[in-house]
Amino acid sequence: MTRVGVVLFPGSNCEHDVVEAVRALGGDADLIWHGATDVGPVDAVVLPGGFAHGDYLRPGAIARFSPIMAAIEAFAADGGPVIGICNGFQILTEARLLPGALQKNRGLTFLCMPVELQVCSTRSVLTADLTLGQRLMIPINHFEGNYTCDGETLSMLKDDDRIVLRYVDNPNGSVDGIAGICNAEGNVVGLMPHPERASDLLLGSADGASLVRSLLSAAGGPRPSTAADGMGIRATPAETALTARA
Amino acid sequence: MRFAVLVEVALRPGIADPQGATIERSLPALGFDHVSGVRTGKAIRFSIDADGEASARDQVDELCRRFLTNPVIEDARVTLAEEAVPR
Repeated sequence: MTRVGVVLFPGSNCEHDVVEAVRALGGDADLIWHGATDVGPVDAVVLPGGFAHGDYLRPGAIARFSPIMAAIEAFAADGGPVIGICNGFQILTEARLLPGALQKNRGLTFLCMPVELQVCSTRSVLTADLTLGQRLMIPINHFEGNYTCDGETLSMLKDDDRIVLRYVDNPNGSVDGIAGICNAEGNVVGLMPHPERASDLLLGSADGASLVRSLLSAAGGPRPSTAADGMGIRATPAETALTARA
Repeated sequence: MRFAVLVEVALRPGIADPQGATIERSLPALGFDHVSGVRTGKAIRFSIDADGEASARDQVDELCRRFLTNPVIEDARVTLAEEAVPR
């Protein structure tokens, strides 16, 4: 059975939803405390939504120095699937595992609503089983969800087919309508929408289940070959100690 | 030597600042009709021990780059002033 580790930071609040969604689709899921230094025997890691470390300083700024992050960077470098949802996406950008940053929404308001997404790449572990151009209805729930990056990074994301999901009707001002991106190898994916909140028709949409199912099937299969791309910045022991007591 | 440090973190030009925009929009209701360009940020104060001002500034710049700011969306302005070390 495919095992998914869901990281629990102080302030995470979507971890049980992810665990439920994975189990409902036939996978196994367990929580990993952020203070752990090992991800354990898992086939995939999910950084769930919420407000890790209270979003103090910036969303994800302190979480990236949590002890578990060094193990997640190593897991990702080894080709292991790593998904960051909402606050998890913000953490992945702060950790430099994904480029760019999430700034405050263009409309100046917190947004909590279902949005329509279009699958723009099927080379990521989250979308490998979907169809290019496929539309999905999945909720967003964020204030800092407006994806931004410099022009050079945007060109690279486009040229390398790393824009995984786009909003059909851009709700937050994200550059190029970006809702989710992946790393060069496609095994690290960050997205603002919450697939776990659309994993059963009882929740209003089951479109998110196709993303979770794709992750489970990718996590159970062979890993992509990876090469260090120099994006990762490891936390020093002193930085790790900063958050170890939290 | 000990230095008092003030780090002012500001959103880079073009980055959305909902707090600043909301403050600016509320000012006319209070009779302040001539205020524009409101931008909010963070002020972070701390002390640092270093051999000299150049060394202190290098450490603070590195601290800003790695932790206190996200260089994709934020800039930092650093002000240093030598302070007395209590004996």
